[in-house]
Amino acid sequence: MGGIEGRAPLSSVSGEPAVEVRDLVVRYGETTAVDGLDLDLHHGRVLALLGPNGAGKTTTVEVCEGFRERTSGSVRVLGVDPAGAPEALRARMGVMPQGGGAYPMVRVREMLDLVAACSAHPLDTGWLVRILGLESCARLPYKRLSGGQQQRLSLACAVVGRPELVFLDEPTASLDPQGRRLVWELVRSLRADGVAVLLTTHLMQEAEALADDVVIVDHGKVVAAGSPDELTATGSEQRMRFRAAPGMDLELLDGVLPEGHTSTEGPPGHYTVEGAIDPQVLAAVTAWCARQGVLADDVRVGRRSLEDVFLDLTGRELRS
Amino acid sequence: MSAATPPGTPFPTGTFTPDPGVGSRARMLAVHTRTETVLALRHSEQLLLTLVIPLALLVGLTLLRGLVVLPDPRVNAALGTVLALAMMSTGFTSQAIALGFDRRYGLMRRLASTAIPRWLVVTGRLGGMAAVVVIQVVVLGGVALLLGWRPEGAAVGWALLLVVLGAAAFGACGLLLGGAVRADLVLVIANVVWFVLLFVGGIVVPAAQLPGPLGAVVGLLPSGALAEGLRGVLLGGAPALSQVVVLVVWTAVAGFAAARTLRWD
Repeated sequence: MGGIEGRAPLSSVSGEPAVEVRDLVVRYGETTAVDGLDLDLHHGRVLALLGPNGAGKTTTVEVCEGFRERTSGSVRVLGVDPAGAPEALRARMGVMPQGGGAYPMVRVREMLDLVAACSAHPLDTGWLVRILGLESCARLPYKRLSGGQQQRLSLACAVVGRPELVFLDEPTASLDPQGRRLVWELVRSLRADGVAVLLTTHLMQEAEALADDVVIVDHGKVVAAGSPDELTATGSEQRMRFRAAPGMDLELLDGVLPEGHTSTEGPPGHYTVEGAIDPQVLAAVTAWCARQGVLADDVRVGRRSLEDVFLDLTGRELRS
Repeated sequence: MSAATPPGTPFPTGTFTPDPGVGSRARMLAVHTRTETVLALRHSEQLLLTLVIPLALLVGLTLLRGLVVLPDPRVNAALGTVLALAMMSTGFTSQAIALGFDRRYGLMRRLASTAIPRWLVVTGRLGGMAAVVVIQVVVLGGVALLLGWRPEGAAVGWALLLVVLGAAAFGACGLLLGGAVRADLVLVIANVVWFVLLFVGGIVVPAAQLPGPLGAVVGLLPSGALAEGLRGVLLGGAPALSQVVVLVVWTAVAGFAAARTLRWD
């Protein structure tokens, strides 16, 4: 496959973004699903639209795919307006919708072959079926596949045509941990090979693990945007978070912490210590846990998770 | 393969290097038609509708004289009846139900996101339908031969013309229903219409034997026009112009409406 090396990703030369959205507004009757949203996705990068269900993520993606009309704003996808999903544009992008996408009675390979036939230089469908672990269900009709199997087939359909841009709407929603890991590997490989990936998720770990850029949306608006590092960095180390058994005795902890520190339990088992965090504080917390026979887990100093960022910005749980 | 596979990933570097393009139209149509045909033949309920019931009716109408009054040779008239039924089953009921459920499972959305043109999606469906029609004509014609049918050149020619016109008319109606209505409603409507037209739409019971004004109305339905036309030509006549006009008008009107209402989501 000597021809593949050295082939520059198409249209990355111009430096033009793969997706450029400015002031996008989508209304259905009285409801405003997307309310003045901006985003930029470049070739060879992964952008995660992160937000709770109903935040406007899918609507935004469907506008970019050309399947949904926008009320106002400008959208450029691979240099053209996606409205009406012109054929030439569809050939250059891959789409994984949130659910479904096949004949109820079709077999995995038949469906993938049909989608592959629409492309000029498709990937080997037999290889793709094998690598995505779909051989075991090769003879089952689509409607008998598990949610995870259907999702992997949908992902295969999205990438089989060697697209420049891939839209993945909640790509790991019903996958088990192994399936999720495989999809993450695939997304990283797409990125490494120069493909632009726009994915939606309500899982902050997914956004943290995969995305170069995260756009946090809620009620159709961007509430924060940046790299995961930028979003989770805090100026000084004034906060420490950890997980342990729920309902531990915080009075005991406050007794051993230096002056000026407070401790709280948020959701059961999630603890926060506020105040200047230094090695003594860390040691005090560990000792307090040890005295109760509990191991502190997922200890984070000075860095918030994307979930914290979301909570701080909206006061709402991300997983709603 | 010279490209290296980074550790921990099953995807060699360069696997997904973009190389998009629109596939050949001929190949899209061939693969789509093949898939549609395979699925139509795999679905046992559809086979019951498109082959088993017409076959049973062909044998029953030919051998059981008390069932319905038919002119002699009975097998010729019975073949006309079941060919009309077969076109209604495939073009209308089976097509509408399949399209309704394909839409519910997100197939249209999936195809709409590939480079396949929309007209080609419809052509592929019609191609799959045509393949089933060919199988029906061969099987029903073959069994009719065993039952004593003696085909004549002109009769076969006229019958094939009517089969094509009938499949088109029912196919357009099937796309109209299956393309615009919710899947569970499609299932009910398509089966009820099939049942009603089978008995009082001029298919099993000839229009002349239906009570009063029903006979006249039935002549304007695709079921009545097709069944009367097929029985007529297989018994040695020529199709009436009115039968051809009725089928063409239904094709045009339903086809136009289907093109306007077919939903891709």
